[in-house]
Amino acid sequence: MTPRSLDFAGESLLRELAPQVLGAVVRRFGDFSAAEDAVQEAMLAAAVQWPDEGMPDNPRGWLIQVAARRMTDHVRSEVARRRREALVIMQEPADQQVLPAPDSQAVMEQDDTLILLFMCCHNALTRPSAIALTLRAVGGLTTVEIANAFLVPEATMAQRISRAKQRIKSSGIPFSMPSESERTERLGSVLHVLYLIFNEGYTSSIGPRLHRSDLSNEAIRLTRAVRNLLPDDGEVAGLLALMLLTDARRPARTGPDGELIPLSAQDRALWDRDAISEGIALITDTLSRGSIGAYQLQAAIAAVHDEAERAEDTDWPQILALYGLLKRMSDNPMVTLNHAIAAAMVHGAPTGLRLLEALDADERLAGHHRLHAVRAHLFEMAGDRDAAIAHFRAAAERTTSIPERDYLATQAARLSAGAVSGSGTDAD
Amino acid sequence: MKFMLMMNAPRGTGDWGVMKWSEEDLKAHIRFMKTLNKELEGAGELVAGEGLAAPAQARVVRAGKNGAPITDGIFPEAKEFLAGYWIVDVDSPERAYEIAARASAAPGPGGAPLNMPIEVREVMSAPPVEA
Repeated sequence: MTPRSLDFAGESLLRELAPQVLGAVVRRFGDFSAAEDAVQEAMLAAAVQWPDEGMPDNPRGWLIQVAARRMTDHVRSEVARRRREALVIMQEPADQQVLPAPDSQAVMEQDDTLILLFMCCHNALTRPSAIALTLRAVGGLTTVEIANAFLVPEATMAQRISRAKQRIKSSGIPFSMPSESERTERLGSVLHVLYLIFNEGYTSSIGPRLHRSDLSNEAIRLTRAVRNLLPDDGEVAGLLALMLLTDARRPARTGPDGELIPLSAQDRALWDRDAISEGIALITDTLSRGSIGAYQLQAAIAAVHDEAERAEDTDWPQILALYGLLKRMSDNPMVTLNHAIAAAMVHGAPTGLRLLEALDADERLAGHHRLHAVRAHLFEMAGDRDAAIAHFRAAAERTTSIPERDYLATQAARLSAGAVSGSGTDAD
Repeated sequence: MKFMLMMNAPRGTGDWGVMKWSEEDLKAHIRFMKTLNKELEGAGELVAGEGLAAPAQARVVRAGKNGAPITDGIFPEAKEFLAGYWIVDVDSPERAYEIAARASAAPGPGGAPLNMPIEVREVMSAPPVEA
């Protein structure tokens, strides 16, 4: 008999319940690290048992009960171990080790997703650890799935997650809602981690495939969950809009062989209209409320691109104005880079090239492949083919993305074909 | 049995030779490599494979006093460099050589085969099961 697997609805429900179940188990037992393992085991048990035995009447209670049983086993073996080590400390009276009722109404009302996100995305964790732990503890993905998404061995990913949990323990990060004064900064880390997960899926800077749809979808799903919990936060709405408006272009972003297609050359009929409508409605509503942040501005820029029926219809003056605002808000060289592109589109390539000069002194971007690639485009716009070829080649040599390298090398080759050729190939 | 196939590409005049190819030749080369990878994957023979970033940034690192890294590079005089590798799981060394020969013949300028040297090395394995 081949084991049946969970259908899509069952899978979605399981993933949605994961943080709630984990929250309930942590509340009951206190040990986040062990509770997280127990919930993972309960989820795996559900994935095996539910297809054959049918969905339980109370899936959430079922998961809590299975996880709690694992926790009880864990506590018992811990106690036994300590006894062996002659450190006999009975943690709890025996009657409190009896399994509690699976679900009380009070706990049902509580959604711990946000608290878990604050924990998993804490600044004390490295970003790769925070990403991995968030995907497992809040996203309900298995270690294997996360390892596959990042193209690393399962053992490596398991270790990364386990170290993240140790870090939480040693840093004393509590399982509780941060104080009002800490909230803004901590929410910033959460949104940053979600943004990184999205980008990892969307641009996939490693490996031959350009995008791994699962991570982008997962980031959107988690950001939606945060938005449901914090509906009045402008930056949460801005980030969700930014993801939707960017992700909408995914079907047009690559050609049949996986080759990269730049925004200006994409077949806009392939864009996801529903995602664009949702993103535009969201960002329009958010911007009308005041208190504008960086994610909202980036979403607004994405919306201007998505609203243009053809590349040449793009409202570049508006994009330039938005990048001007963004530049004042953040000291990010990528913003300066994009601002220069918009300036070139409005005032001509020489203006853009002049703005780029400021970045040569910026250690974060000097010699970066993106700086070369943008220069190459602007030199081509300005009609300086030799400079464009040199910068396309320099960019191709520096990028670590294979689709991007192929794209940049192809651009250099396209321009060379028209250039006065003084030398043959020296590839042999 | 597993083999590592290491593709050594010519370095040209210090940057990538491939950068000077025509657009058509470049696209044919990219297509060839993608097809090869797809075939190996489809045959269940591909274990891993990566393309490496350009050699311009390559460094050789040794431990110095206190174990601190001492980096050496760049190497403009090197004639060849490791451009990428595959690890394949195949039935025989002959099959590994066959795959290596195909990769070696990847098209270059004018569609002519490059005949790149591909170093083939067997990957060490776990001890045999005791009877």
